[in-house]
Amino acid sequence: MTQRVGIEVSRSIAIAVKLANVDVVSAYPITPQTHIVEDISELVANGELDASYIPVESEHSAMSACLGASAVGARTFTATAGQGLELMHEVLYVASFMRLPIVMAVADRALSAPISIWGDHSDVMAVRDTGWIQIFAANGQETFDNVLCAFRIAEDRRVLLPVMIHLDGFQLTHVIEPIYILESSEVDKFLPPHEYPLPLDPDRPITMGGLAPPNIYTETKKAQQVNLTAAKEVILQAWKEFGDIFGRYYSPVESYRCEGAKVILLAMGSFSETAMSAVDSMREEGKEVGLIKLCLWRPFPFAELRQAVKDADTLLVLDRALSFGGPGGPVASEIRSALYGLDKRPKVIGFVGGLGGRVISPSGFREIINRGIEISQAGSEQEFEMFGVRE
Amino acid sequence: MTKPGGELTWKDLEIGAVMTEPGNASQYQTGDWRTQRPVHEHSRCIKCGLCAIFCPEGCIEPNEEGFFEANLFYCKGCGICARECWTKAITMVEEE
Amino acid sequence: MEKYAVFVPKLIAKRESFAPGHRACVGCGEALAVRQACKALGRDAIIVNATGCMEVIATPIPYTSWRLPWIHTLFENAAATASGVEAGLKAMVRKGKRPAKEIRVVAMAGDGGTSDIGLQALSGALERGHDFLYICFDNEAYMNTGIQRSSATPYGASTTTAPAGKLSIGQVTWKKNMPAIAAAHDIPYVATACPSYPFDLMAKVEKGVSTPGPAYIHILSVCPTGWRCAPDLTVRIGRLAVETGIFPLYEIENGKYKLTIDVPQLRPVRDYLKLQGRFRHLSEEKVLEIQNRVNVDYARLKEKVACSQKLNS
Repeated sequence: MTQRVGIEVSRSIAIAVKLANVDVVSAYPITPQTHIVEDISELVANGELDASYIPVESEHSAMSACLGASAVGARTFTATAGQGLELMHEVLYVASFMRLPIVMAVADRALSAPISIWGDHSDVMAVRDTGWIQIFAANGQETFDNVLCAFRIAEDRRVLLPVMIHLDGFQLTHVIEPIYILESSEVDKFLPPHEYPLPLDPDRPITMGGLAPPNIYTETKKAQQVNLTAAKEVILQAWKEFGDIFGRYYSPVESYRCEGAKVILLAMGSFSETAMSAVDSMREEGKEVGLIKLCLWRPFPFAELRQAVKDADTLLVLDRALSFGGPGGPVASEIRSALYGLDKRPKVIGFVGGLGGRVISPSGFREIINRGIEISQAGSEQEFEMFGVRE
Repeated sequence: MTKPGGELTWKDLEIGAVMTEPGNASQYQTGDWRTQRPVHEHSRCIKCGLCAIFCPEGCIEPNEEGFFEANLFYCKGCGICARECWTKAITMVEEE
Repeated sequence: MEKYAVFVPKLIAKRESFAPGHRACVGCGEALAVRQACKALGRDAIIVNATGCMEVIATPIPYTSWRLPWIHTLFENAAATASGVEAGLKAMVRKGKRPAKEIRVVAMAGDGGTSDIGLQALSGALERGHDFLYICFDNEAYMNTGIQRSSATPYGASTTTAPAGKLSIGQVTWKKNMPAIAAAHDIPYVATACPSYPFDLMAKVEKGVSTPGPAYIHILSVCPTGWRCAPDLTVRIGRLAVETGIFPLYEIENGKYKLTIDVPQLRPVRDYLKLQGRFRHLSEEKVLEIQNRVNVDYARLKEKVACSQKLNS
């Protein structure tokens, strides 16, 4: 029987990993990811999860060991954050191109220097183009559910791609929330055993990871692009089926109180939860504002996003990362590009805030929305504004 | 026969561009790199096979009579076999 | 040459797991070493290869020289990837997801991939005690990228990033002692080998993969392109490396040293150096310096062997 328990979100990930009956976990400790891997180690040490836990000496090796384990057909999980994700950087490309369905929880964290152990999306944006499926969770339940969905999506024969589940460092990893924890028998209905089609096996020797000369590299990249783009359909199916079984439905772009909204704020991760209360209070005041939560980051949900903003005049995008010397927030930049070809499109106004663990309160979100409306009416010479910075 | 890389479309590739025909590089001729070729003099050959063990290409094999000979489809003409042969049964001859 | 060499070549495995048609340079000592090593591995093995010459010359898509399951991911992570392969196989066998068949996991990398960029991953894998064999094919520089120096390049060798010139003899540091570093992890088996001694090499590879836990084999692989020597001298130069004491062949089994090829009277290092263009510029004085260093190193190794013999008796 499914139970709703108060539990730290990191711990719920460990339970999801156990429920998925993972074969190999390879990880290196980094704040704020540590609670996830500590709990998994404990489950392994107690015999509650039959897995090989590889306590590697770096994140580079953590992901490299995942490649090896996944290549022999093992169900494989890891978790990291911030600098760890950066140290994995080049390995991430290998996982996706080689079609290794590794699942990774990322406790999103700011990047050095200066060193910051707290949350933002600088690490995520730096790995945007690594070819992974990337899903953002906004709360504990979404995190738990999506870790299970991630295995299902990653291992689908039509997909065979690695998946990152993003959750904000501390602001989500370390909070205790009421979460419906599924029973193993229920999970088994949703998540079939993993059977990798082309594992390393002496009975059927294959060569993985060969050299691509110029006469074939482009074809390999086209295949990768088609594969990742097509994965969206499978993601939608998996979420639909998850919803049909467990009653909780997910979608790439979630709209909150967007009916008739001329001004829409777009946020990702746990901030979208806080932004909801700002939207609620402004709606009560009669302001036509709404919120969009971008849950699927890769493959990018072009159609769903265009549909969600089609009636808005102004779209405010909050980024928790900064593209230095560029157009500001990477998400705003992508969204401008996604909407540019439309005849009728909202004006996109970018904000950068919530860096390195800086909290944005509901009143802060109200400020952002009001400022956005102001810019929208008056115009601005700047590409974006940094929110909450002391001048 | 595997199609050459330049003729493959993206749809022809296995997942992750994995190669599923073990050792299909053996259809690739490396013998045309050669500037000199080994000539085996059977009267001196004691069929020890040392030349085969020292061949970086792995292209020296015994013929039906047990005499070792290089497969010239692959032999790059390095001359290690001639240098190492105990009985000096192999000489390197310039390719024309 | 080993005593029985003339009689036994016919007894070794005929199977070529490393197919011809590979694009290694003419007279490549590394391709030769890989070929010999594979004969000792048998067919139930998985190879994890670091980026380097062997990956480039043997797997240009869509052609592969490999008849064993083989994976290459990156340059510095062969040991880490192999850790995952080993742990994955173990877990799957334990959970009944794979048949309980022994599969040998073998990581292969060059000297750069081992003693420089891959050292951390290797140290981690050795320390964690994975059941695998790591083979370093040492051609003493970054040959794949064009003969740049590595920490395994010997003193006095001229390379493209440590060239000999008016003010330099080329490499000014002594070769990093990688087998000693591996041995410092207290792993059950460490050995050096050279394809000029094929039976010694194959015996060590066989021993290495059969040893439970991590094993490390360091194979000197003559590179005619980078060492500036005639390609037909590959095997001869490897033999001279051993006969001069520059690259002694030994093994360390559970901490005990043993010379597997004992050279009663070392030849002068000059015999080895003079055949290679990379040492051509060295003065007599420098050659003497190298000779002195080799004498000391070899004497130290002999001491360790003697000490191990005492422990045995």
